[in-house]
Amino acid sequence: MSLLHSYVKVRARERGRALPRATVRHVHLAEAPMVFVPLRLAGEAAAPLGAMVGTDPRHPTLLVVPQPRNRDLRFQFLADLGAVLLPYIDRISRQVETVEAKTPFERCLDAPQIVVPSAGGVEFTAKLGRSSRFRRTTGPYAVDPAVPVLGRWLTFLAEQSEFAGSSLMVAMTDLLTAHWVTGQSAVEDGDLAALLGWIDPPEGMTGAEAAALADDPLTPPAGPDTHPEFDRQELQKAIAHYDETGSTGQVEKALDGQLRPTWDRMWQAIGLLSALKESPGATSRWERDRVHVAMHRAWIDGGGLPQGKRDSAVAAAKRLARLEAAQQSFEAARAFDDPLVMAEYRADGVAFAGEVVAVDLTRRIVPPGGKREVPRPLVTIETSDPVRLSRGKKVRSPSRPRQSATITSLSDRMITLQIDDGMGRGALPAEGSVPGVGTVICYTELDPGESRRAPLPPREETPWTHGGPPPEYVPTDDDAVEPWS
Amino acid sequence: MTPAEAARAATDTILADYTSASSPGLVVDSPPGAGKTTLVVETTAAIAGKGERLMIVAQTNEQVDDLVDRLARRAPDLTVGRLHAEGFDPPERVRRHDSVTTGSKIAQVDGCQVVAATADKWAYVADRSWRWAIVDEAYQMRSDKLLGVARLFADGHALFVGDPGQLDPFSVVDSERWTGLKWDPLQSAVAVTQRLNGLRTHRLPVSWRLPASAAPMVSEAFYPAGGFTAGTEDGTRRLELTVPGLRSVWDRTVEIAASTGWALHELPSRHTVRTDPEAAHACAEIARRLVQRGAVAHDEHGSHPVTPDRIAIGCAHNDQVAAVRLAGPPEGVTVDTANRLQGREYDVTIVLHPLSGRRDATAFHLESGRLCVLTSRHRHACVVVARAGIADLLDHHPMSPRVQLNVPIKFPDGWAAHHAVLAHLENYKA
Repeated sequence: MSLLHSYVKVRARERGRALPRATVRHVHLAEAPMVFVPLRLAGEAAAPLGAMVGTDPRHPTLLVVPQPRNRDLRFQFLADLGAVLLPYIDRISRQVETVEAKTPFERCLDAPQIVVPSAGGVEFTAKLGRSSRFRRTTGPYAVDPAVPVLGRWLTFLAEQSEFAGSSLMVAMTDLLTAHWVTGQSAVEDGDLAALLGWIDPPEGMTGAEAAALADDPLTPPAGPDTHPEFDRQELQKAIAHYDETGSTGQVEKALDGQLRPTWDRMWQAIGLLSALKESPGATSRWERDRVHVAMHRAWIDGGGLPQGKRDSAVAAAKRLARLEAAQQSFEAARAFDDPLVMAEYRADGVAFAGEVVAVDLTRRIVPPGGKREVPRPLVTIETSDPVRLSRGKKVRSPSRPRQSATITSLSDRMITLQIDDGMGRGALPAEGSVPGVGTVICYTELDPGESRRAPLPPREETPWTHGGPPPEYVPTDDDAVEPWS
Repeated sequence: MTPAEAARAATDTILADYTSASSPGLVVDSPPGAGKTTLVVETTAAIAGKGERLMIVAQTNEQVDDLVDRLARRAPDLTVGRLHAEGFDPPERVRRHDSVTTGSKIAQVDGCQVVAATADKWAYVADRSWRWAIVDEAYQMRSDKLLGVARLFADGHALFVGDPGQLDPFSVVDSERWTGLKWDPLQSAVAVTQRLNGLRTHRLPVSWRLPASAAPMVSEAFYPAGGFTAGTEDGTRRLELTVPGLRSVWDRTVEIAASTGWALHELPSRHTVRTDPEAAHACAEIARRLVQRGAVAHDEHGSHPVTPDRIAIGCAHNDQVAAVRLAGPPEGVTVDTANRLQGREYDVTIVLHPLSGRRDATAFHLESGRLCVLTSRHRHACVVVARAGIADLLDHHPMSPRVQLNVPIKFPDGWAAHHAVLAHLENYKA
């Protein structure tokens, strides 16, 4: 937790209400987000119990597994879920544009967005995907043809959600804590009802009171785990009733009662988030999300295999590099888009803002490895921020994101930078390419640009240090079997 | 066998094993200050001396420059290529040697018998291969970095050298996706290679840096698998305070450190913010008194004054570093985090204990590598500054990481190592 974050948390506690952490929305909200509130059977990793799903707050679809220990019913549930999700994904991702670039690529005009209540929901979605994407649609234990396709999309969405800044599948509690600071702990923030209590308490109540209400055992948890008392007192009886009579009514009623409050809260939260203006970074990250959806769509349509259970050494290293790049550029873009986020970095000493007090435009040097003199003007900024950067550090400014600068000297309140690029080709820097005296400007070590990634060998050339080339994957009937199943 | 003989014998064994080319790779575990760089330089000289070409992979530019400098001094007739990133300016200590060629393109340097670069730079080199390769600081190298460069020596013989007790490589991404896989890219290069290949491991048995007062404790707490001894005997390393002291609490701590090689400067028990101003002040003040008392270090090479550049203050977090700097230690004293003190050496180190003033003990603060780095940088003495009550804190927070399948158990256990160090320091309280 950053210094400023801790401070705002204390303030929020004092005020009895959540305080903003951002001035803009750092995530894209789709026109029609698909809200998905899943529940699972206690004690099982991937046994669905029920779900409320849909794009219309007034007309959710309730899906239940009346006897969750029955595997056929589980896959029936997944087929039903597929009947809701797959048409939505298909409809939205069908329209594709071709983006002109050095190598032209395809991009969907819009993309699906699945919103689940908490990080646990994303994890459970990934497990559902894993348990269904390898299923066969013919022969023994055949499942509905929608099930493996759904499994592949759920896996894709859950995997994308690991990339910082992706909006394809998001956990509502993560979104809310990224935009508001409550007066309770991070663990308590993981509960959607308590979190919303702080952010948007009912009339006449403080955040702490509203959150305490959420702690009441009668308030159903946001899932995917249910309350043990509910399991014992209601669910068990409802399932027994189904076993005896074959009627699903009681299970449906019980689960509806558990899911409905969370469903309503999800839409309340979407309303709160959509009141914020979307940041430019969120829009451009959504563009990248749309490219990924188009790629996955093409992969499925082209007969590609389902995602493997494990990454090979090369795939793992490549994925790690992409995850790290996404993390770094997301953090930086958030700060560049939002002064309130930048303030956290300023308080931590890795960013500073101040007024330009001196500029040396005529300075020219021979850069290392260069042969001729080039302009490298110096800009001196006076700041009262507690700067912790050191000499030689590369910095950038949100107001000039394409230009890099190097800190050449630091003294009490005075920081001198050397501007390194973006000044044109002339003997002197181009007009306006260097911040002038009197400009108030912010600089930080964060860099929203994607850094260059070192190449990795192709899979079939994996060196002996990493176990040599892995065997080619051939799909078999046993793919769906887990070591523990 | 004297320490020098034992070290010589170990080096000879390693050299013989490596040059026999019987295995695609060898691992050399080197405790702090055990002559790892010397081994690299000796091996390089031996291989290149036979007319063979060799590549050296290190992790940071600083490490590469140090190695190149050492190598050029040890074997001036060897041609050495220093490959670096575009726009990087090799320092004077590299450029002063006639035998060293620098360049940012592999074609500029690949005529040299030895080519050295960082792993990041090597990853861009294509269409070339080496029969002999040395990977330095291999325990600090992340597995994916090795994957990027291993093709360059895949048909040859690699020597992985590093200190297993130091901090593991780091990632901003916290993913459990690969947990349990043998090639989990978040592990160190050595961990992955060893899990998949089980290479022969050698060990350097003597620490030349750590004094006789420190080697047994560090060895026992952090290197349970294979111990090492100090290269010097009791009494060889002495700290003398030439200026009489005041009766301040700082002086008392400095005196204990000078006479025993260790000191625990204990502050009253209290839960504090991470940037505990009192602890930061204590660190700065102890460094100041050390300089003001005119400390002189006597060792096997002679005597020299302990100037500020021979003193370091180590912390766990960046904001603690900032707090200590703000407290005003003498000009020239190094203040840095454990991560950045790795591989460095000082006469006296002052350590702000990672658990000082904390309410809880997280995995980060319990990581044994962090404490190991902090307590093994000194040639003469180490002063630990801490709030009282850390032993209780440890007892309230036993290590209870989640058990995960196929993940090898890590030794040493950070929690036990912390207790071992505390028990040791208990005897050196001011």
